[in-house]
Amino acid sequence: MSNQSRIRLEGVTKRWGASAAVDGISFDVTPGQFVILLGPSGCGKSTTLRMIAGLEEASDGQIHIGERNVTRLPPGDRGLSMVFQSYALFPHLSVADNIVFGLRSRKVPKDEQRQRLAKVAELVDLTDYLNRKPGQLSGGQRQRVALARSVISEHPICLMDEPLSNLDARLRSDMRREIKALQSRLNMTVIYVTHDQVEAMSMGDRVILMQHGKIVQDDSPDELYNRPASAFAASFIGSPAMNLLPLVTGENGAVIEGEPSTPVAPMEAAGGHLGIRPEDIALSTTSAAGVPAMVVSDEYLGADTIAHVTVGSHTVRVRMSGKHALAGQPCRLRWSSQHAHLFGSDGLRRDDITPHALPNAPRAVPRPPAVGSFQH
Amino acid sequence: MQLYGGLLLLPAAVLLTTFAYLPTITTVINSLFLPGFRGAPAEFVGLENYQVLFDDPTFWKVARNNLIYAVGTIPTSIALALGMALFVNGKLPGRGFVRMAYFTPTILPMIAAANIWMFFYAPQIGLFNKVLGALGFSGVNWLGDPNMALGSVIVMSVWKEAGFFMIFYLAALQGIAPELKEAADLEGTSRWSFFWRVTFPLLMPTTLFVLINALINAVRVVDHLFILTKGGPNNATNLLLYYVYENAFSFFDRTTAATITVVILLVLAVVATVKFTILDRRTHYQ
Repeated sequence: MSNQSRIRLEGVTKRWGASAAVDGISFDVTPGQFVILLGPSGCGKSTTLRMIAGLEEASDGQIHIGERNVTRLPPGDRGLSMVFQSYALFPHLSVADNIVFGLRSRKVPKDEQRQRLAKVAELVDLTDYLNRKPGQLSGGQRQRVALARSVISEHPICLMDEPLSNLDARLRSDMRREIKALQSRLNMTVIYVTHDQVEAMSMGDRVILMQHGKIVQDDSPDELYNRPASAFAASFIGSPAMNLLPLVTGENGAVIEGEPSTPVAPMEAAGGHLGIRPEDIALSTTSAAGVPAMVVSDEYLGADTIAHVTVGSHTVRVRMSGKHALAGQPCRLRWSSQHAHLFGSDGLRRDDITPHALPNAPRAVPRPPAVGSFQH
Repeated sequence: MQLYGGLLLLPAAVLLTTFAYLPTITTVINSLFLPGFRGAPAEFVGLENYQVLFDDPTFWKVARNNLIYAVGTIPTSIALALGMALFVNGKLPGRGFVRMAYFTPTILPMIAAANIWMFFYAPQIGLFNKVLGALGFSGVNWLGDPNMALGSVIVMSVWKEAGFFMIFYLAALQGIAPELKEAADLEGTSRWSFFWRVTFPLLMPTTLFVLINALINAVRVVDHLFILTKGGPNNATNLLLYYVYENAFSFFDRTTAATITVVILLVLAVVATVKFTILDRRTHYQ
């Protein structure tokens, strides 16, 4: 694979007046990678993408594609294609004309246009719809037209701006797989913007998590899930999100606020947070060892049950497979030390101290899949 | 239930019947009769009035004037309106002010606008002749010269109408999703190509609407003639509706007035139908 589709950002910044929507972002995308820009709305991920595309001009910093500095180049000269959230299909043109729109702009000969159209239409399964107008297509089909339009350009780089957010849940999971398959088949470099952590986890080779215009964590989905770099990253990934419990000074170490009986971490951890994923907590009867707690309610979700449990002055969510009716019962919570994460008072991960293991906590239930399947 | 529906329609139906349909029917009937002298009953003459009208050279002159007027005002004002709309839809400093400036002629009543243009066109003290004089050219009798008068009236009408049509184009332009431009930009589509391949086709419904309106205005609006030329010199600027007015209220020839009115209605109806059937098929409605 040539170096042509390598994308490099160096200190890229976008300011609107005094506030910075994107604040000095740097990353390097290697050819063929599927990179996700993930974050809550307003975190600057779309602006970053639009600066790479050239639809917004960077206030500061540099963008390189391949060997070229494209920071000031117009979008058409950057050699990339883009799929918009709204698909941006031309409503008065047929599907075929929509797909070859860019080829006509680039004055590709008619014969070649036809060949490429036939090939791409086959690829995204639109051959029977080429004469329709976008208004006569379903949401999923429109999505395919938008994909086809970016595929036919044969640019090695494709940018996607929340392409699935207008689809219903079932279609979304189908399209996730299709886009991923298309990307690996054509060996495209993709930068994909989403606020949906399920899309990020399931599609990305690499996830760049953003908040307030800055990169919070830039890692593989696996690392992001298992070693969140900050309390924000921990709370953003996973559904339900990781439980974050404030730690205060206790007699024999840091304890969960309002639950002074069981120290859960060394004294230095006080003032920060203890993070445990709902699926990493084992719930057992009061006779066993562990942190005393009380089940308030339970949500049955089919494959598993989410129990809401109060510990001290806080509520934690515990995920158990199967159906359980536990509301109103006292219980004990346990977790192993490698599944507990400590975050300092600044919100950043602390690896210098390890949380206490709660007395040999065997997993009570088999660990459910890493990414929730019930929300999407 | 049907009674309620009927009652709800009644006010509009009464007004329309009284002021639109009945007068139309009476006009058609009038155009088929000759009034009797000294209280004698009107005499049915069939299409003889039309025969007389078509033999009248003044009618043909006025009709030709109106055709020139339509051809002179409609494409120019539409093109100008589209150009202005594209201009003020973009990013430019003082955009609100420019938009207002373009729209101002529309707010002015035609009579007031015509009075302003009187001063522009006036032979000795007029603005245009002053400017020409300052540049060393001899002045032109804008409204008095039969070869210039119709052109002068056309220029004024374009000035008056373009701003009005611009508003429709501006509204339509703002309804076009900005992503379309971005998607085209990513493919390196030039501005010119984007305009002809995307913007213009998407504006077709507006163009059609404006076209019909401009056509109706070309035979409907005659206010400026009252101020500027009164149809003269020698009918050089006389337009159909003004000719109807002259026949009815200056020459007191109601029959001819009615006959011309029916001809205008028929021509307008035919042209509008043709426009809608031909252009509609090629127009994309969102």
